[in-house]
Amino acid sequence: MSTLVTCKDLTKTYGKKPALNRVNLEIESGHIIGLLGPNGSGKTTFIKLLNGLLTPTSGELSVKNKPVGIESKKVISYLPDQTYLNMNNKVKDVIDYFTAFYADFEPKRAYGMLESLQISPEDRLKTMSKGTKEKVQLILVMSRRAELYVLDEPIAGVDPAARDYILQTILSNYDPEASILVSTHLISDIETILDQVIFIKEGEICLQASVDDIRMQHQKSIDSLFREVFKC
Amino acid sequence: MENTQTIETPKQEWHLTSDRPVFIQIMEKLKRDIVTGIYKPGDKLPSVRDLAGEAAVNPNTMQRAFSELEREGLVYTKRTNGRFITEDMAMISQLKEEMALDAISQFLNSMQQLGFSTQETLTLLKESLKEETV
Repeated sequence: MSTLVTCKDLTKTYGKKPALNRVNLEIESGHIIGLLGPNGSGKTTFIKLLNGLLTPTSGELSVKNKPVGIESKKVISYLPDQTYLNMNNKVKDVIDYFTAFYADFEPKRAYGMLESLQISPEDRLKTMSKGTKEKVQLILVMSRRAELYVLDEPIAGVDPAARDYILQTILSNYDPEASILVSTHLISDIETILDQVIFIKEGEICLQASVDDIRMQHQKSIDSLFREVFKC
Repeated sequence: MENTQTIETPKQEWHLTSDRPVFIQIMEKLKRDIVTGIYKPGDKLPSVRDLAGEAAVNPNTMQRAFSELEREGLVYTKRTNGRFITEDMAMISQLKEEMALDAISQFLNSMQQLGFSTQETLTLLKESLKEETV
């Protein structure tokens, strides 16, 4: 096990408004980690910092002991909360694009998953439903051999049956040395595949622990603990 | 539909809930499978990864359950060959007895909560056993 991500006093403010406030955090390899927090707690800000889409206001953030940059993008496979793909493209075009762009992209895996979810590679993205588009993007992201997968709200628009398949896919495809960081509100749906959670509240980390330890200590599910901690 | 028929392995029910540690639930389930003979003494266990996929849990959680079972001696590792169920029959029958006592104490507990005395419970139990054998 090695440390993939280290944050020291990581802070990001938008104007005067703090989005992340002195976050100290380590993410190790070989875990599936839930990044859980209410709306506006700083989840997406953290994820964007990790992917170099935002720069920290102060503090440090490093991936495998190097600052965020080209090297970190090689090892992180990122599913953003909004799509960036050209909707006029066919699925197979996007696969070609990813194959050319990422050295660790495996088209065979992508085609295999598309087939299991009965999505035709000939379909254009704009003809697809919201959920199907999400599935395609998740397939693309999971078809890379990355060291860290960062999934921002991956299953929100997907039906429960496909959700099960996707979770199964995540479990059977990921390398035991890799880590997955998932931000989501759908805690109860994914909590059995998590082994760690990070609770984030108003830009601060309020809990980072193993899920089974939480269950043992609080005698309740992560979902109910979340409802308790973040009660409005 | 070809891919609907590829799964031929006997369907195992996991029924994991999320309000108790998952590795403990996995251990309970595997113990049940050992006691009821779904896994026989000396059988090879599936790999952590396969079983984690089947149960839809994190491989680390499955690993933890396996390690605990190993610590209790119900499962042992043959170097590089995988994990096997213990061949110690005495241990398995002891486990079976423990699980039976557990079930009984749970039953007695819920009877107590319903307000039955031990004597009343016994009488009721005898009656229902009689009805079953008729």
